[in-house]
Amino acid sequence: MADIFEKYQETLPEKILTEIKGATKSLKTESIKKILEQVHQDYEKAKVEIGDTVGIAAAHSMGEPGTQMSMRTFHYAGIAELSLSTGLPRIIELVDVRKTPETPAMWIYTEFPKDKQKTIELAAKLEEVTAEQIADIVEDFANKKIEIIIHEDKIKGITTIEDTLKAIEKSIRKKANKIEANMAIFEPKTVSLRALRKYTNKIKETKIYGIPGIKKAAVVEKNNEYVIQTEGTNLKPVLEFQGVDHKRTISNNPKEVEEVLGIEAARSVLLNELKMVLDTQNFKVNIRHLMLLADLMTQDGTIKAIGRTGISGEKESVFARAAFEETRNHILNAAIKGTKDKLQGVTENIIVGQPIPVGTGTVKLKMTHNKK
Amino acid sequence: MITKKIDSVNFRFTSPEVIRSFSTIKVVTPDTYSEDGFPLEGGLMDLRLGVIDPGLHCKTCGARMTVCPGHFGHIELIRPVIHIGYVKHILILLKATCKECGKILLTPEEIEEYKQLLLKEETTEAAEEMTLQNIKEKSKKVTKCPHCKAKQDDIKLDKPTNFWANESQRLLPSQIRERLERIPDDEVRLLGINPEAARPEWTILTALPVPPVTTRPSLTLETGERSEDDLTHKLVDIIRINQRLSDNISAGAPQLIIEDLWDLLQYHVTTYFYNEQSGIPPARHRTGRALKTLFQRLQGKEGRFRHNLSGKRVNFSARTVISPDPELSAGEVGVPQEIAEILTVPEHVTEHNIKDLKKLIKNTQYPTVNYIIRPDMRKKKITELNRDEVIEELTTGYVVERQLIDGDVVVFNRQPSLHKHSMMTHLVKVLPGKTFRINDAAATPYNADYDGDEMNMHVPQSEEAKTEAKELMSVKKQILSVRHNQPLVVGQHDHVSGAYLLTKEGQEFTKEQTARLLSSIGIKSALGKPKYTGKEIFSMIIPNNMNLEYFSKKLAAGLSPEEAKKQKHDSYIVIRNGKIISGAMDSNSVAGSLLKAVYKQNGPEQAMLYIDRATKLTLESIMITGLTSSLEFYKIPEKTQKEINKVVKDAEKQVDELIKTYTAGKLERSPGKTEKETLEDTIMSVLNEAWKDSERRLEEVLPEDNHALIMARCGSRGNLTNVNQMASVIGQQAVRGKRLLRGYKSKSLPHFKENDISAISRGFIESNFVKGMAPLEYYFASMGGRDALMDKGIQTGVSGYLQRRLINALLDIVVTSDGSVRDSAGNVIQFAYGEDGTSPEKGEGDNAIDLSNYVRGTTVFEREEYREDRDLAVDIEIETEGFEE
Repeated sequence: MADIFEKYQETLPEKILTEIKGATKSLKTESIKKILEQVHQDYEKAKVEIGDTVGIAAAHSMGEPGTQMSMRTFHYAGIAELSLSTGLPRIIELVDVRKTPETPAMWIYTEFPKDKQKTIELAAKLEEVTAEQIADIVEDFANKKIEIIIHEDKIKGITTIEDTLKAIEKSIRKKANKIEANMAIFEPKTVSLRALRKYTNKIKETKIYGIPGIKKAAVVEKNNEYVIQTEGTNLKPVLEFQGVDHKRTISNNPKEVEEVLGIEAARSVLLNELKMVLDTQNFKVNIRHLMLLADLMTQDGTIKAIGRTGISGEKESVFARAAFEETRNHILNAAIKGTKDKLQGVTENIIVGQPIPVGTGTVKLKMTHNKK
Repeated sequence: MITKKIDSVNFRFTSPEVIRSFSTIKVVTPDTYSEDGFPLEGGLMDLRLGVIDPGLHCKTCGARMTVCPGHFGHIELIRPVIHIGYVKHILILLKATCKECGKILLTPEEIEEYKQLLLKEETTEAAEEMTLQNIKEKSKKVTKCPHCKAKQDDIKLDKPTNFWANESQRLLPSQIRERLERIPDDEVRLLGINPEAARPEWTILTALPVPPVTTRPSLTLETGERSEDDLTHKLVDIIRINQRLSDNISAGAPQLIIEDLWDLLQYHVTTYFYNEQSGIPPARHRTGRALKTLFQRLQGKEGRFRHNLSGKRVNFSARTVISPDPELSAGEVGVPQEIAEILTVPEHVTEHNIKDLKKLIKNTQYPTVNYIIRPDMRKKKITELNRDEVIEELTTGYVVERQLIDGDVVVFNRQPSLHKHSMMTHLVKVLPGKTFRINDAAATPYNADYDGDEMNMHVPQSEEAKTEAKELMSVKKQILSVRHNQPLVVGQHDHVSGAYLLTKEGQEFTKEQTARLLSSIGIKSALGKPKYTGKEIFSMIIPNNMNLEYFSKKLAAGLSPEEAKKQKHDSYIVIRNGKIISGAMDSNSVAGSLLKAVYKQNGPEQAMLYIDRATKLTLESIMITGLTSSLEFYKIPEKTQKEINKVVKDAEKQVDELIKTYTAGKLERSPGKTEKETLEDTIMSVLNEAWKDSERRLEEVLPEDNHALIMARCGSRGNLTNVNQMASVIGQQAVRGKRLLRGYKSKSLPHFKENDISAISRGFIESNFVKGMAPLEYYFASMGGRDALMDKGIQTGVSGYLQRRLINALLDIVVTSDGSVRDSAGNVIQFAYGEDGTSPEKGEGDNAIDLSNYVRGTTVFEREEYREDRDLAVDIEIETEGFEE
């Protein structure tokens, strides 16, 4: 039985073979053989042709639905009231490789996927909490004092009042003048009210606990397990956090993922995000097109944008770059650098009026007419 | 056959010596023509720079206009000026090198290290850039030259072109030039300049090339007045100031005056290169229009690169309005005879066709020959006078340019060309009239309609081009999209309605009607029965090997599989051996699953045949069944109307309640939102729910034979939402995704109280289109409509730019002969395309192979098992569609 499949080990992908194995269990060996041979033939037929302009196909397949896509950032309400931007703006954002996306988000998987309570607790610990959120901060302009009243219930089980105050003291580099139970008074030696306000703001912004950048963390049920979805990202500290499943936790910002997890991870985030946008808008685009785009953007080990700051700006050909954007600089630089344009690409050859080296143009051998 | 001629292009900086060497004339006269209209000697229109007037000969090459390419001259600048494009480079050079000895301000060891670095690797651009940045950073801190110990100045750039040393002392271009001259060649390389291509001092211009007149032709207005090109104007300015400066210098004018004139010269040369430089006013024409100078000629969408080089104007093309013609095949295009008479196809004269071609030349009317080309490439127009002469002369080796005839290959295109299906090859069908005619099924991939759309047609000229166009681009090979592997060349609107009405359960046709239907698609068949069902008739055009079983996407929408299997709405389609057993055709069948299956199993020819017959048959059948629209279809029973009214009123009441709770401060906040946002969200969803509710009630109450419902259901046009808006409630209007609040503070229109946030005051329209809107509602509808319109306008720009960027980044990525995917420089992007090396066009969805097909093929649908004799098909004869050999 196994040897029927072995024959195709080299020629058919693993995935297809296992699928056939699964689907043909109840069939006679003879039928399986027939199926395998047919699949093998069809698979060979389905291969791309040499010289196929797969790049242009990908660009068309991504760009054409773009014209039908809504410009509006559908903040489609995820299950947990957290919004994620979709649609054309999101695609542009991904393709531009923005440092900070409009709606940065993370999916944090835990080491206890079935335990809702523990997940909620973990989410609470991850969420960035500033002094403002757990305490009343009152300025007393008359006496030039700042009064802080910490709500104990809000920090219970996560941190202590002492630690909280220490954090505040550290951030404004001043010792509290008076501490009473859950209350503290700061009397900065300052005369101006403006300086006092500065202190207040600094106190308000003091991070008490949680991970900076994680503005909100909500627990969502996803594929029968509890996952934390966040607004705001900070991948590195989250991965290091106790209780977080660092193998699956991911951010939706490819740039950040590249810095923390490396280029392959970034490529797969890019691919998944692109796919998600198109899926939520119900545009069918073959995954190969998205793969090609993601692979191109991550080809040299760093993530590069589509456009003059990335791929198009780094093309080898002067003509190709000049014809795209920033014509002036490219020409001026080519002159002092003595650049040689080898005319290997499409744009260059169109410019000089020659056949382009793609598709049927890749064929270099030609039959010569035999003159008698 | 074009073989590659240009292998590579080298860029270099033109040195003053080179400028002088290729100059035919030193231009000194700041004028163009003399009073009697002749070009002035030594002027900008000197005959040695080329000719633009007919009848004159070039004094350099002796050729006449259009033959002489033009020749460069030059202006000898009396004082050097800075080239505006290199100001930044000059700044870097000045900062990084010694003012005395010209060496880089680093220790000899460091310099050596960088030299080695650039020598060692094949210097990538990135490495060069890195070195430059490093040197820039390091030399910043150096105040004393490590080589000659000279104290260094602090160089500042006063934009755009003035350099200052130590904030006080102005560096004149001549001084800068002297400094740049001192930088040694091998160190120039470290500073990002290739000494073989350019010397730093060349960026300070001493000689200015004067482009040939052919690049700046003057126009002669009707009045006989000459209007010079912008570049000529600018050159006149430069020469004039240059002259004045020269005069002043030789007259021994004070330094101040000389420097002023020098600055003026700098200004003119700067604007001659680039007239949009920030910091200086643009040079203007007498009329006040800013001049378009050198860089602006190159830059941007209308610049030389994008307008003339990447995209070129072509010959052998035509453009006119399009209109539909159901009699044509989707692979054809109807071409007006007027166009066919002008466009030509070259035909090489051989022993085999000489007779036919001679006959063609003989024709004095339409299909005839416009030109012949002799073996020496001389072209001759055929006129009434020389017709016989030409026929006599014609032998093998000649080329005949004959007019376009039926069956010629043409490429057809509609802008915006967003995907490859925007340019497809059709076969010509010459028709009377003045418009291009296409089958409506071919309009879908072009996204065309007939409200005045125009399309372009191109006629390939070589055999190679013709074959490529036919083999790769023809409509029948473009039926499936590479994007999602779904058919694009599909019937729409009436085709779909027709197919549905034809195939729906219980639809029967008399013998006569059946004969009419079948003859419309050229099927000859003996009809034995008195009546035929629509399913039987439609089955005639489905290839016999089709075996399908699926839920109709449109008809089964909203139904459970059980319901659908029970044939509610005719929504479970079973096709056995090309015969419809159950189910009716909807848009998905006409345009989706069935067509795709036909294509996959029987190939492009059969798919095309299926499309052509399906479109014709459905149109013929809809003429029998009929499909009209009437106000009657949008009237709903009183009882339902009342129910719907109540639903809406209830929703409005609910909104009022919500507002009350909100004002009382009792509204529960949804997480992460303010109370006001929560309120807005809830109101929106309450109203939307009511609207959806009315839609549901509407669907229940509309009779099955309601034409609006039929169209919505089979997917030919519109959906229930549209019907709902016409028959019951229009619903909420929105601007920027929010309920209306525009124009006034705290209210939408003066008719409402301030802060009234009820449904009505924020753009909820209770009326329907049949009943008509109240004035306020109409106003709200207009607001929503305008917002949608604006959004669309902005959207096209944004997505267009995305498209351009994507194309530009991806355009030279190709599958190479080893199966890897590479860019034009040979960098590997993927080792196997899409990880498995299979094409999206040939696979099934995201998978290369659809396994269910095979498993089904060997178990369920054993073909023999289902083979039944058809009682309808006796002798199917396919009429050739005119374009197959």
